[in-house]
Parts: sequence; structure tokens; C-alpha cells
Amino acid sequence: MELCELTANELHRMLTGKDVRAEEICLSVFRRIDKTEDQVKAYLALHPEEALEQARAVDRKIAKGEEISPLAGIPIALKDNLCTKGHRTTCASKILYNFVPPYNATVVDKLNGQDVVIIGKTNMDEFAMGSSTENSAYQQTCNPWNPDCVPGGSSGGSAAAVAAGEAICALGSDTGGSIRQPAAFCGVVGMKPTYGTVSRYGLVAFASSLDQIGPLSKDVTDCALMLNAICGHDPMDSTSVPTELPDYREALVTDIDGFRIGIPAEYFAAGLDDHVRRVIEEAITVLEQRGARVEETTLPHTEYALPTYYIIAPAEASSNLARYDGVRYGYRVEDAKDVLDMFSRSRSRGFGAEVKRRVMLGTYALSAGYYDAYYLEALKVRTLIRRDFERAFEKYDCLISPTTPSTAFRFGEKVDDPVTMYLSDVFTLAVNLAGLPGVSIPAGFVDGMPVGLQFIGKPFSESTLLRAAYTFEQSTTHHLKRPSLTPEVE
Amino acid sequence: MNKYEPVIGLEVHVELQTASKIFCHSSTTFGGDPNHHVCPVCLGLPGTLPVLNRKVVEAAIMIGLALNCSVARFCKFDRKHYFYPDLPKNYQISQYDLPIADNGYLEVQDEDGNPVRVGITRVHMEEDAGKLVHQGTDATTPYSLVDYNRTGVPLLEIVSEPDMRSPREARAYLDKLKTIIQYTGVSDCRMEEGSLRCDANISVRLRGSQTLGTKTEIKNMNSFRALQKAVQFEINRQIECLETGRRIVQETRAWDEIEGVTLATRSKEEAHDYRYFPEPDLVPIVISPSWIEEITRQLPELPDARCRRFIDEYRIPAYDAGVLTGSRELGDYYEECVKIYPQAKTVSNWVMGELLRLLNDTNSEIGESRVTPRQLAEMLTLIDKGTISGKLAKEVFGEMFRTGKDAEMVVKEKGLEQISDEVSINAVIEQVIASHPGPVADYRAGKDRALGFLVGQIMKDTRGKANPGLVNELLKNRLR
Ligand SMILES: [Zn+2]
Repeated sequence: MELCELTANELHRMLTGKDVRAEEICLSVFRRIDKTEDQVKAYLALHPEEALEQARAVDRKIAKGEEISPLAGIPIALKDNLCTKGHRTTCASKILYNFVPPYNATVVDKLNGQDVVIIGKTNMDEFAMGSSTENSAYQQTCNPWNPDCVPGGSSGGSAAAVAAGEAICALGSDTGGSIRQPAAFCGVVGMKPTYGTVSRYGLVAFASSLDQIGPLSKDVTDCALMLNAICGHDPMDSTSVPTELPDYREALVTDIDGFRIGIPAEYFAAGLDDHVRRVIEEAITVLEQRGARVEETTLPHTEYALPTYYIIAPAEASSNLARYDGVRYGYRVEDAKDVLDMFSRSRSRGFGAEVKRRVMLGTYALSAGYYDAYYLEALKVRTLIRRDFERAFEKYDCLISPTTPSTAFRFGEKVDDPVTMYLSDVFTLAVNLAGLPGVSIPAGFVDGMPVGLQFIGKPFSESTLLRAAYTFEQSTTHHLKRPSLTPEVE
Repeated sequence: MNKYEPVIGLEVHVELQTASKIFCHSSTTFGGDPNHHVCPVCLGLPGTLPVLNRKVVEAAIMIGLALNCSVARFCKFDRKHYFYPDLPKNYQISQYDLPIADNGYLEVQDEDGNPVRVGITRVHMEEDAGKLVHQGTDATTPYSLVDYNRTGVPLLEIVSEPDMRSPREARAYLDKLKTIIQYTGVSDCRMEEGSLRCDANISVRLRGSQTLGTKTEIKNMNSFRALQKAVQFEINRQIECLETGRRIVQETRAWDEIEGVTLATRSKEEAHDYRYFPEPDLVPIVISPSWIEEITRQLPELPDARCRRFIDEYRIPAYDAGVLTGSRELGDYYEECVKIYPQAKTVSNWVMGELLRLLNDTNSEIGESRVTPRQLAEMLTLIDKGTISGKLAKEVFGEMFRTGKDAEMVVKEKGLEQISDEVSINAVIEQVIASHPGPVADYRAGKDRALGFLVGQIMKDTRGKANPGLVNELLKNRLR
């Protein structure tokens, strides 16, 4: 095994034991990138010089006998919608092709404070709108398990980078499943924390009331380490919670004896691939064997989650994306007749098809005469969906479901049919509407492609989810498999 | 024209004088190099988030209380969308259906001096936009530059009920509103600098009618006088429209100060759909009763209450009290002076007379006066002691106003001390009698008016310094 295939936790132990230097880890990751990036295309930008400098700084700390943080010297990738001071942040959009933020996202500052090594910025669906990363204005990222398949999206670059060993961990953002779905497709762990757990400052907004930043990692332990590093109140984000959060490492125990786990019947209904269903059923058996009491339950408003989401998210997006007009930064047409012409043509040419589709949907939903029928109704249904979960959590410690209805699909398979594409997030987006935490972990394979198991909890129950996920993970070996892009593993 | 009744409502925007902007730490200082009082948040750069400045909420609550509004226990911000280059996010964070305060009033005097209440519909918080600076001409290449210094400066929008019935009432309302806001100290309300802006909604209807006519919105009035003139013009225009059988179009019109007319603007304001929706980046504002109580305690004495107190406490006429409480600073000046020199009416006469006249002549404000209340009080004491005559006091005060020197020093430097010694005055009397035998004979023949002429000559010869009472007495004795 090469260093780049290990976990942050393993590498930390090696660093503190002086078995390896941070520089070597960093070089191992960049060697892997050299080898596989032509095929995977996970990154929009790499920062090798700075990464190596950060790694050497950690080595100097270790040499001086200083204590290092759990993620010090660990190579990490950032989704390209997280602002990085002095480095382009494009959201994989043409309209931000030249945007260099003069500030860091709060999570980037936090990671820097932990002495992590930032490798670069990963590909994504433009403005995080999509489920396959095919909506990037720049490149197509491949699924490391099968280059003909999508990595999922919108955090497809981050998930593919971690799966391929091109980063040890990564950050993504999740608005309707954008961390969990690509994590499932790429066979890694991906968590969307409770809304308000992680500061959104510096995350280029898609839908403000749904967006959360979260980690992607090879296993549950690294997920906990990453969450520890990025969570907490931020005075720059009014929606971040001011409460004290736990040390998530304490949740890493293999004990779910007596856990009450609910299986929402609606998540096992039509549309779920039979092979995926079988993998999830096996996973349920494992959890039962570890002492969990699993039973079927119901979330009656599930069928309304998708339409509700596709009112609220585009409505907020149409507003959040209004600022891209070519006046202050980003793409601007050269030959505008007047200011209105500049606005409309810069936006027409700067945004891709899916972004324009959602901006139009959202503008429509907020327009006079339609607001009450669409946006206001959607808010009411959102409350009903939240209540479904509240009722379920009166009985259960957590809920489980497949993360996605199928394994990763092929390029072009759904890109021309938006509704089919939207359906690939059908098991994940209710979690965002309700502001809940959700984590997807590797649960097995169908025809060599990974299947994700999703744990859903009540607000701020990340520790509970991590404990259940960790117990499952430690009872199985799916998380240890690596895609065959890497020659050492068959 | 008495056939018609005008109906006027005003929408006023007030810039709050908080140290930092409403949603970031940038300075609110007026002016400065373009785009220097900005940061990623007020520039609306990608990924940035607004954080509400608590001081803005406090100022809004204070204004709500000062305008007799009910203050909301719960309110929120909304996004108001429109594309314009001076608006960095292309939406303005404002308040839509849940303003911070509503349902208040203030009192003004109508044409006949009777008090009338003007209702306040609502007070809400929002962020200001930037400024476009147009460059070039159509002949060359016209373009615009944007200055975002003003972007995110906190604004209060104060909307009145359509309760005003004349241009003078509208002006009185704006005057009163400005005074009240200045008393609270949350804004300097300078119309020239744009920290107070006013739009008017105007319609006319047949007197006695209960339904409202079609209204127009008048913008671009940059002074109190402009407001009064524009409202008057628009009322006349609408009446003429109706009288000649034309229809009044609901539209936005701009006041043209030079031509003295209102003109329809090309903007399709009416067609705007602002697509308001709740601002998801901010949490709702919960205002506790104890917070309101705390701000109520901080609320200063307001102009109406102060005016009543001046009448009761200082026994000055209502007119004087009204003028003196017209600004917080003027009232403070007056009260400070009266503390040292308790003849309240005398102080009132001097402040309202000489002081305001000189301030007006020099286009300055009370805060800029070089004569302090203590110096004015000292000068008044010199008059009482007979050191200077009341007439010369005006000259002394003028010099104090120009130089900021104490009265005593001005008197000494200019040699303006009153002549009150009998020997010197008698010497002058002898000279005047000798050189004006005619008037002397007239007086002795019973023509009392001749005495005034002789006193005038004596005052003239002493350059006004002779004590006039003493001159009168000595002259009469001499001519008896
Ligand atoms: Zn700012």
C-alpha cells in the first residue's frame, strides 16, 4: 500500500511515531495524481508548491518535538465552491473563471489552523447544481471504479479524489445529497452535518437554507476527525449554531446494542434497484447481528420531498446567483450595448444550461402571482417533511436507507433528462429540507460498483450516526477496498 | 381650487449614523475615496454572509418608540430583487411583511396652527445601495463608474399615512420628523448629503369625497423647499388635469429643480416584481420587552415635551419655545445659557434674534457658533451692570460671534465701555447745546420732540457709548 491509500488516522500515527514525514505523504499523493489524474480528472486546480511547503512546516514542528493536531500534514482536497484566498474559486462555472477571492472560507481557515496540507480544488457540477459532475463547465470527472461511469455530484471531484488516493480526505458541500450521493457512487464515507454545525462563510451559496459543508473520507474515523476540525460557531455566519459541540472521536465505539433503527418504507419503494436493495438488506442483517433493533417505519410525506426541493432550492439559487452580472468580477461580454445588455448576455453566456434552468425555475416560483402557489406551499410541505422525521425520531435513534436508488450511472445516461437525474437524489434531499445530519458509508458492491448506506439522525446527533456507522464499518471490509485504477489492488 | 382636496403621504429614508454598516464592519463615513469603505461582505462577493449590526436594531427601535409606533416582538429581513449596477448582490436586504415598527404617529400644525396627527404606517430597516458616477458623453464613449462606499449603510424607511392635506403640512411633517430623529441622535438628517431622502405620494380628490384619487410618486426632491414646491406643483398639475378632463396616470415623476416642474420618468417602476422572500442568511430578530424597556429609558426628551416644559419652566411664549426646541442643539444652548443667566425671556430674545440671525447670515449651525452659552450669559450680565449699553451690545456680540472672544475683552479692545460719569457727559452736553441753539429753543418752547434730536447728537458724539438713561436725565436737568 502506498501512503496515499492510507487514512488520516493511520498517517497521523505514523507521523507522530516519526515513521514517515509529511513531505513524503504529500509527495505520494502528488505521485498518485500524476499517475491517475489524466483518467480521473478530479481537480480543477492543484497547489503543489504551497502543499509541499505546508507539509515541510509540519515536519519542522514534529522535528522540534511540538505536538501536532490530528490532521496536521494530511493532504486534503477542497471543492471549488469553497473560497481560497489568492486561489481561483470557480464553482466550475465560466462566469467565475477568473475569480480569486481575497478571503478564505471559515472552514479553510480552520483547516489551515490544523496545519492540513491543501492539495487543490476539485471539480463539481456548476454551482453545485447536479448529480453527476457532468455540469462542470471545464471537465468531466470519472468514477475511479469505472471510468465510463459518473462519480456522482455535485461533489464528484472530491469523492473521486479520495477514492483514487489523490487526496486523503476532502471537503464537499451538500444541498440535496451532493456529498452523500457521490460518496456512495465512489465508495467513500461522506457526511452532511446538521444545518448550522459548520459555518457557510466562504461557501459560494447555492441554496442558503439547505447548504452544508461536510467531509469525504475513506472511513468513519477520518470523517469524525474532519468534522471535529470544521464544526463550530462562526460569528461570520448567523445561521451557525452557538452551542458547544462534542468531540466526535468519542463516538467511535463499536457498540449499538439496543439501538433502535427505523427503515422508512418509502425509501425501499419503486425505483430502488433490486441489487442495491439486496446489499442494503445484508447491511441491515449486520446491524441486527450487532444488537440493533431494526424495524420498518414510515415518512408519509416523502413523495413530496423532490418537488418541494425543486421549488425551494431553485428559488434561493435564483436570488443567490443574481450577483453574477459581470460588473465587479467574473465573466463579462465585451461588446455590450448598455448595462442591461451586459447583464443579460454575460449571464446567458456565463452560466451553463442546468444553472439557467434552475434560475428560471426559481424566478418563476418567486414571481408575483406564483409565490403563494409555489414557494409558500413548498415551505408548508417542508414543515410537514420535518415533522415526519420528528415523529420517527420519537421512536428511533436513527433511520437507515440506501443513499441512492442505484449505483453510479454512465456518462450521458441522464444528462438530457433532468427529472431522471433529479431522482438520483430522491433518498438524500429530504434530509436537507429537514436540516438533519446524514452520512453515507460503503455497504457493498453491485457489479463492482459501490453501494452507499445512509444513516439519518435527529438534529445534532452526529455522534449517534458516527457510532452506528463505525460499528457497521468495523464489522465489514467494504471500506478497505480500493478501485482498480491503482495497480497494487486488483 | 378649493373644490379639490390634496392627499399627501411621504416615504422618508434616513441613514443611520452607526460606526459600521448594517451587515459588516466597514465604516459608514460619508465621502472618502471611492470604494474605500468596503469589504467582501458589502461588495456581495461570492460566499460572504451578512451579520446584523445590533446597533441598527436599537436605533430602529428608538425611532419606532419616538414615533409612537408599536415595536414588533418578532421581525425578519427579506430580499428585494432588482438588477442595477449599484446593488452588488442585485438584491437589497430589506423588510417586507414584518417591519420592526408600525402604527405610529407624529403631531404637526395645520394651516391654521391647529395640531393634527399624521399617521406613521411603518418603520423598517434596510441596506443602502451604492452610487453611479456617469463619465464621458454620448459623443465620446459614455460609461459609468460605481462607488460602493454607501452600499450597506443602514437605512430606516419611514412611511406615513396619506394624512397630509397641503404642501405646508407635508413640509411641517418632514421638519418634525427630522427634528425628532435628530433628538434621538441616530441620524444627522442632512438632505444635501443624502442622509435624509424623501419621496411623496400625491393625489387630489373632490373635497368631501372619501375615495382616493389616482396617485403619482414624486422623487428627486433635494431640500425642504424643493419638497414644498414640488408638492404644490404636482397638486396644481393634477387639478388642471381633472379640470380639463384628462386622466391622471399612476406613475413616478421626478422633480426638476431648475424648471420647477415634475416630469414623468421613463422607468417602468410599476412593472417591477421584486420577488420578495425571507432572507435565509439571517435569523429572525426577537425583540424582548426588556430590550424595549432599556431603549425606552435611553430615549431623550423629545421636541414636543421639551417645548411644553420650556413654556412651563421658563415662562417664555409658545412661539419662542417652539423655535428654541426646533433642534436639540439649540435647545441645549438655550438651557445652558439660562442656567447661568436666569432671565429666560432675555436669553430667548438674544438667541432667537442676534444669534440665529448671524448663524443664518453665515450659513452655519448652532454647533458651529463661536459664542458659547457662557459667553452670551456674561455679555448679558455686562448689560445689566451698565458696562455696555443694550445698543452697543449688538456690536459687541457681532464681534464675539466673529472672533470667539469674551465680551469683556471685546469691550476693552474696542473701547466700547459705556460712559457713565457725569462730568464727561456734561461736557458733551454743553458742546451740543452750544452748536444747536434752534432745537434747544424749540424744546424750551415745549416741543418735546427736540429732546430726542439733542440726545441723538450726544450719542453720536460719544459714538454711542454714553449711558442713554443718564444722558436723558442730565440733559433734561440742564435745559430745565
Ligand atoms: Zn463591508
